[in-house]
Amino acid sequence: MQRLLFIAPIIAFVGLAGFLGYGLTQDPKQLPSQLIDRPLPEFALPGIDGPVLASASFRGEPRLLNVWASWCAACPQEHPVLERIAAEGFPVYGIAWKDKPDDSRAFLARFGNPYAGLGMDQAGRTAIDLGVTGAPESFVVDKRGRVRFKIVGPISPEQWEGEIKPLMQKLRAEA
Amino acid sequence: MRRLLLALALALALAAPATAVMPDEMLADPAQEQRARSISKDLRCVVCQNQSIDDSDAPLARDLRLLVREQITLGKTDAEVRDYVVARYGNFVLLKPPVEGDTLLLWAGPFAVLILGGIGVAVWQRRKPVTAADAPLSDAERAELDRLS
Repeated sequence: MQRLLFIAPIIAFVGLAGFLGYGLTQDPKQLPSQLIDRPLPEFALPGIDGPVLASASFRGEPRLLNVWASWCAACPQEHPVLERIAAEGFPVYGIAWKDKPDDSRAFLARFGNPYAGLGMDQAGRTAIDLGVTGAPESFVVDKRGRVRFKIVGPISPEQWEGEIKPLMQKLRAEA
Repeated sequence: MRRLLLALALALALAAPATAVMPDEMLADPAQEQRARSISKDLRCVVCQNQSIDDSDAPLARDLRLLVREQITLGKTDAEVRDYVVARYGNFVLLKPPVEGDTLLLWAGPFAVLILGGIGVAVWQRRKPVTAADAPLSDAERAELDRLS
């Protein structure tokens, strides 16, 4: 009993330290998405030089929806990965978030345009509906228009290869 | 010196609490604006995380302030406006998270530690041996004391 009383605080301390230490390895900026397994929020955004990008069109095949901006520092880094995704036959759609159309055009002229469809969200309302906290953020949307996965920050080639591509292939096979 | 003090007093008087809310964002109706302010104070700025959207200059915080005001002018209640934002960003956006299953540890934790600590102290007090401080000196001790004095 005496020994137990002596050891208990040490065990409690080690437990607490372990718990807090685990907390340090977590990124507090990674917020869980509210949208997982829920339908894409409704939007109909004007295109830059093309047709309107509407949430209702996200049907029939899995797509990647990428929220980006010309002012976003990490977007040029992510861009080659998006081009590769498009080249591998997976449709990539874009939402230019709080960006001037001319700036978006200049960005695409410089880095290339992987987007099968592009909407302008200048007011930032659709981004809020999507729960976006910063650019870039991407969503994997399934055949039925439901969000299945969210990526915060730029997609790395490894993440595409190891995580997103297998998911999109699986979603393709889904009924 | 007096001028300096006067200048200092003036500077302090003019340093009204800084707020991020811009005049162009404010609602015309003071009562509605007041409601918007109090809701905004409870909503976390998701970019800067430890500021409320009422305090933050981040563009996304401004968008959320405008959204809160828009919802108020649409006739939503305070709870409905909060739910609207929570539906998009989750409970994380509330600076004071609600008491729910997964926040129970957060809310009950401090009380649990207090109670456990109290039990620990009570046990410790009970087990402390009775000190023999008030016992009279033995003959040997008395003799030793006499020898020393």
